[in-house]
Amino acid sequence: MLAVSLRAEPLFYVGSFPVTNALVLSTLVFGLLVVFALVLRRRLAMVPGTMQNIAEIMVEGALGIMDTVLGDRRKSEKYFPLVFTVFAFILCSNWLGLLPGVGSFVVGKGSEAVPLLRSPGSDLNFTLALALIAITFVNAVSASAIGFRRRLSVFFNFKGPIDFFIGILELVSEFAKIISLSFRLFGNVFAGEVLLAIMAFLVPYLIPVPFIFLEIFVGAIQAFIFAMLTIVFVGMAIAGHGEDEHAATAQ
Amino acid sequence: MDINSVRLLATSLVMAVGSIGPALAIGLIGSRAADAIGRNPEAASRVQTMALLAIVFAEAVAIYALVVALILKFVP
Repeated sequence: MLAVSLRAEPLFYVGSFPVTNALVLSTLVFGLLVVFALVLRRRLAMVPGTMQNIAEIMVEGALGIMDTVLGDRRKSEKYFPLVFTVFAFILCSNWLGLLPGVGSFVVGKGSEAVPLLRSPGSDLNFTLALALIAITFVNAVSASAIGFRRRLSVFFNFKGPIDFFIGILELVSEFAKIISLSFRLFGNVFAGEVLLAIMAFLVPYLIPVPFIFLEIFVGAIQAFIFAMLTIVFVGMAIAGHGEDEHAATAQ
Repeated sequence: MDINSVRLLATSLVMAVGSIGPALAIGLIGSRAADAIGRNPEAASRVQTMALLAIVFAEAVAIYALVVALILKFVP
């Protein structure tokens, strides 16, 4: 039967740090994105070529979506780098994890056989790291936009018992956001991997094709949702919950 | 019934029952959002943001169920 492992299997150790197959593929994705970005930058021109056109379409589209959430083009441009990088990284990780060869080339023999490459999103370390980066980014950006004290007073509010309780809830909700961001991506990618493995095991010809289409779609949607949630959390965190807007319009 | 059969049963029940609530919730949110946009197309982007946020928090509950199922299945 299939050996489906919840954790990414380590291929070798650097000191005491395990290098897993998911880490190998995510490093490859990272290298690919860096090379693509450098090549594109070298070929930037006033009259755009094909690659520049496609990149401009994607950037314009992403900025447009961020405008609908944040309301201001300058804010969108300010938060664009991290949000779009997270989107591109997750998208390329998910899509490259579908290529033939990922999960099929093994190292080792017999029961010790371990896949050489594995979809990075199916490793909880990858998704947890991205979720931690995203939520740290949201809090840092909020502290820089509305001030450190005001950000802290969202969580530790001593104006009254109800406000204190709401502050505790907000704190718990931050951790819930980290867990839900990481587990949403992990659950989708890992379940997709298990599904594809089982389909290929049951009927190797033709039947896996619609499931691979499903995984392409799910991979793109999950990348979009991760980035969209990050920008929505940023929008909520820098708006100060709209109380100041109401006060300003009341005056 | 030995413990392994009970674990297997529990794993599938957790996922099956645990997805009912979130599935209903997401469907309701989607339909109300579509209604709201239909009535007031100008508020589309605000409704969309709010609906997406609500869907995400509703789905989080399904993810908690998934975590419990994964722990039951893979942690010895």
